[in-house]
Amino acid sequence: MDKFVVLDGLVAPLDRANVDTDAIIPKQFLKSINRSGFGPFAFDEWRYMDVGQPGQDCTNRPLNPQFSLNQPQFKGASVLLTRQNFGCGSSREHAPWALLDYGFRAIIAESFADIFFNNCFKNGILPIVLPTQVVDKLFSETLATPGYRLIVDLPNQVVRTPGGEAIPFDVDAFRKECLINGWDDIGLTLRHADAIHAYEERRRHEQPWLFAK
Amino acid sequence: MAKTLYDKLWENHLVRQEDDGTALIYIDRHLVHEVTSPQAFEGLRMANRKAWRIESVVATADHNTPTDGWEKAEGTACIDDEISRLQVDTLDKNIRANGALAYFPFKDVRQGIVHVVGPEQGATLPGMTVVCGDSHTSTHGAFAALAFGIGTSEVEHVLATQTLVSKKSKSMLIRVEGPLGKGVGAKDIVLAIIGKIGTAGGTGYAIEFAGSAIRGLSMEGRMTICNMAIEAGARAGMVAVDDTTINYVRGRPFAPKGSGSGSDWDKAVAYWRTLHTDEGAQFDKVVELDARAITPQVTWGTSPEMVIGIKDMIPDPAKEQDPVKREGMERALAYMGLNPNTPIAGVPVDKVFIGSCTNSRIEDLRQAAAIVRGRSVAANVKLALVVPGSGLVKRQAEEEGLDKIFKAAGFEWREPGCSMCLGMNADRLSPGERCASTSNRNFEGRQGPMGRTHLVSPIMAAAAAVAGRFVDVREVL
Ligand code: SF4
Repeated sequence: MDKFVVLDGLVAPLDRANVDTDAIIPKQFLKSINRSGFGPFAFDEWRYMDVGQPGQDCTNRPLNPQFSLNQPQFKGASVLLTRQNFGCGSSREHAPWALLDYGFRAIIAESFADIFFNNCFKNGILPIVLPTQVVDKLFSETLATPGYRLIVDLPNQVVRTPGGEAIPFDVDAFRKECLINGWDDIGLTLRHADAIHAYEERRRHEQPWLFAK
Repeated sequence: MAKTLYDKLWENHLVRQEDDGTALIYIDRHLVHEVTSPQAFEGLRMANRKAWRIESVVATADHNTPTDGWEKAEGTACIDDEISRLQVDTLDKNIRANGALAYFPFKDVRQGIVHVVGPEQGATLPGMTVVCGDSHTSTHGAFAALAFGIGTSEVEHVLATQTLVSKKSKSMLIRVEGPLGKGVGAKDIVLAIIGKIGTAGGTGYAIEFAGSAIRGLSMEGRMTICNMAIEAGARAGMVAVDDTTINYVRGRPFAPKGSGSGSDWDKAVAYWRTLHTDEGAQFDKVVELDARAITPQVTWGTSPEMVIGIKDMIPDPAKEQDPVKREGMERALAYMGLNPNTPIAGVPVDKVFIGSCTNSRIEDLRQAAAIVRGRSVAANVKLALVVPGSGLVKRQAEEEGLDKIFKAAGFEWREPGCSMCLGMNADRLSPGERCASTSNRNFEGRQGPMGRTHLVSPIMAAAAAVAGRFVDVREVL
């Protein structure tokens, strides 16, 4: 998992509440054999005028001009700004995979669905909960300012605006440590690599047949 | 202190443990198939990680592979469904890139259902931890192994670290004592157990199956029992080591080698002999069954716990006190197109499926063939399929002439794979069709949308094929 320390990123607005994981990545993509490559299909039904299929080349698909992320000024965004209960619905880990592959590393919302919230941390995405008034303000600044960027400073737990404002946010201490160090579950287990090696050596000695090739 | 078999297996694989009981468990054998592994391999690659011990991996393709038409094109080109073919090809690519102890690709004679292949190759050994991205990994517990299914992120975790983060389960002993009646076997025992404790009865437990009826079973029979531990809600089921276990393992390709003291084989056997529950060890729960009371079983509903004896009447929801259960029964009867208070015997079948990781081993096929010999599939049966669990089972059966018996009776004799157990390939039920199946799940739509599955033993399935309806196999033996 990539580390998350300080992110200086372009902001893209998605002004909807209750965005569910089916909207983030529709069910036909669950048959895929990959965990990357979902980026072009993120928000597929909103983003395109046709219906996407796994493995399809999306470069020439008709875009929905109404969809905010399709507007050129938000191209390359890495901070998603959205509303309450983001990521509700099915538990598919394909949803954070799709957002990550799209390029998002931080999501700011009024609230998140529980499983999605957890899945974000497992995949190196930082979900940030901010009060409604603050989110409102960020929406109006994003829409009013071309190239609007935010600095998400995880060690100091603040979001810095171009105007110099520092907005504090909460994050679980353990998860913060994992993100800053780039530890996923595997990374955490690998902190015990010495113990695994030691166990393995003992076992190789006691039950050599388990290691025969 | 006296220990259970589960205690011994658990402690033997403990790498470390937190104060709250969260443990890191070492994994000896990692079985891999095409459906649940692609994202795990990709995750590994994306994180720039190497597999910790790739020689723990034994891989084969089974879920998506077609069971006929192998000859119509080279390699996987004969797989018509594009997504299926892609998954099989991806497994191929991943194994070529990462390696494995053994890989049995599509069409290799050793290819087959991963839970048949592991034991057959001696890749499943007593005392091992065995995992696979598949819930029926419990099968391998028949060898006194701690074996359970895992999800895709855990597949990646095992690939990368050779361990799993886990907590110890509670322990349950299911003791089945007494002689089995004629025509009654392992499948009937395990269905009777699930009927008794329910599909959630084993949730949170690791089950040890014991008692004289279990001891008397072959390894094939014990695998059938452990296979369905998951259907009783338990992630793991197991049976202690005895001579039957050791005799089965001896001489298999990946079994320990040598003979005489000091050889790997002798050291292994000495250790394996300790893999049983000590006298006086305590279980969190004990369930007892009298083997004499078990009759040939048939499921009537859409959950494995909805099961009765072949001589019984289909149950009446009106007699059920619990409103939730009553509603479940009503829904199941409507789905299955059955009437309460009528005999299950005599209900006609449209299709018959002999196969799956529950019942596709050589012993299953021998028993079914013995019923079929000299008889033919009834006219009302549209399709009767035999799908061997592996290419080697198929070859053995052909050497014994079992294929001829089946074919002469009107059965189709297919290539190995999961097939109609889950209908990911072309073998499926059509809506409304009723199937006598030796598989393990009778959920709605499992064998095809709106299909109706009745779980039975191989000989009960064979008898149903011949009669065109469910019959008491004891009357045709
Ligand atoms: S035979 Fe059926 S239950 Fe067994 S592994 Fe295949 S699909 Fe799963």
